[in-house]
Amino acid sequence: MTAGQEHLPGKLIAVEGLDGSGKSTQIHLVHQWLKSKGYRVFFTEWNSSSLVKEATRKGKKRQLLTPTTFSLIHATDFADRYERQMLPLLRAGYIVLCDRYMFTSFARDGVRGCDPGWLRRMYGFARVPDITFFFRLPLEMALGRILEGRPQLKYFEAGMDLGLSADIAESFRIFQGRVLDQYLAMVQEYGFTVMDATLAVHTQQKLVRRVIQDRIDLALYHKRVFP
Amino acid sequence: MSPQRFYNIWPPGVDPSKLTGALIVIEGPDSSGRSTHIGLLTQWLEEQGYAVAQVGLKRSNLVAAELEKAKQGNILSPRTLSLFYATDFYDQLENQIIPALRAGFVVLADRYIYTLMARDIVRGAEPAWVESVYAMAPVPDAVFYLMVSSKTLVDRTFQAHAELDYWESGMDCGLSRDWFQSFLRYQRKIRQEFVRMQSKYGFEVVNANRSIPALDADLKGRIQQVLARTEKT
Repeated sequence: MTAGQEHLPGKLIAVEGLDGSGKSTQIHLVHQWLKSKGYRVFFTEWNSSSLVKEATRKGKKRQLLTPTTFSLIHATDFADRYERQMLPLLRAGYIVLCDRYMFTSFARDGVRGCDPGWLRRMYGFARVPDITFFFRLPLEMALGRILEGRPQLKYFEAGMDLGLSADIAESFRIFQGRVLDQYLAMVQEYGFTVMDATLAVHTQQKLVRRVIQDRIDLALYHKRVFP
Repeated sequence: MSPQRFYNIWPPGVDPSKLTGALIVIEGPDSSGRSTHIGLLTQWLEEQGYAVAQVGLKRSNLVAAELEKAKQGNILSPRTLSLFYATDFYDQLENQIIPALRAGFVVLADRYIYTLMARDIVRGAEPAWVESVYAMAPVPDAVFYLMVSSKTLVDRTFQAHAELDYWESGMDCGLSRDWFQSFLRYQRKIRQEFVRMQSKYGFEVVNANRSIPALDADLKGRIQQVLARTEKT
């Protein structure tokens, strides 16, 4: 883990949680807030670099992926974004916001049977975030939000590759339940800041901003200040 | 044949005790004669009644096209490229090598994790990290490293292609602006890395400066012993 833990002038903030936990909304609002205040900030999403996206899409569409290659392809994508964008920005003194981070892989790929030690060593180059918000929502509520709002579940998102159930909604329920267990086991391991995702969006955002203000000296990241 | 071992852990869903085939790896630089000898060995093994599966690097249908594109553009960071190659390797491991070993085939691998690790380490990757990525690879029953002198390598490369390959010359490593110098330095570094790995992983270093028939006879003699050893147990 040493490579990822050198001192860097920037700060890294990640959000994690189940699908439907509202984490993307929260990090979006944080991004808007920091931008409007004139801070050096950058936002990045899990699974978004263009080159790797193509391979991921192809692999997912044709269902060619095993737990190992599924995990590796996401690690490749992550490494691409990490070394091309996140790390240089952290060195330059930016606040980097991540919608999902390596913990998503630890949780999902862990459920798929990948060895936890192997996963953690593979991501050993990546820095543990300065703050990781975990948006905790009871399983039934998370399922309700997704199953109501977006009935078209995707094959891998629902964990269909695990053969948990022939019914995609039922597979999704079981899979998400196991992912939640993996996340909860990481709360201590990585010192997640646990947020109550049942609260109103605005209330959660106020709490999130307070945590960030308490833990990061934001004045250092103003565009007028040079790192 | 021998129960397969793994370096550290094995991929989800694989039962090592079910892998009854043999895994034989041929390592060596381009123009060392790997594919020629794998062709000769395949024919010989099949004549003796062994079912043979050939595997190589960068042949998976999952990411091979993307890898090729990435190499053309040379836009990926070294670690991204490492993980791309690792994805490709595991795709073949799980879809070709392991099924073939399960079915009792002799798997002839045209290069294996060692080439991938050597390339990464020469480019500055931490050896421990690289090894951890490949920790789910089966330990081969034998690894033959075709060692070729720089002079022979240069001669053979020019005879075959009349030019040096960008990656095999390590032109991305900044070793020299001169292509020929870079090729020599890069190949020396790779060779040094193989020598370092040899003691750890137990390769058999084979002198590949010799003629095709001489090397062929040598390899066949060694593989005969490997097969006799793995079949007894």
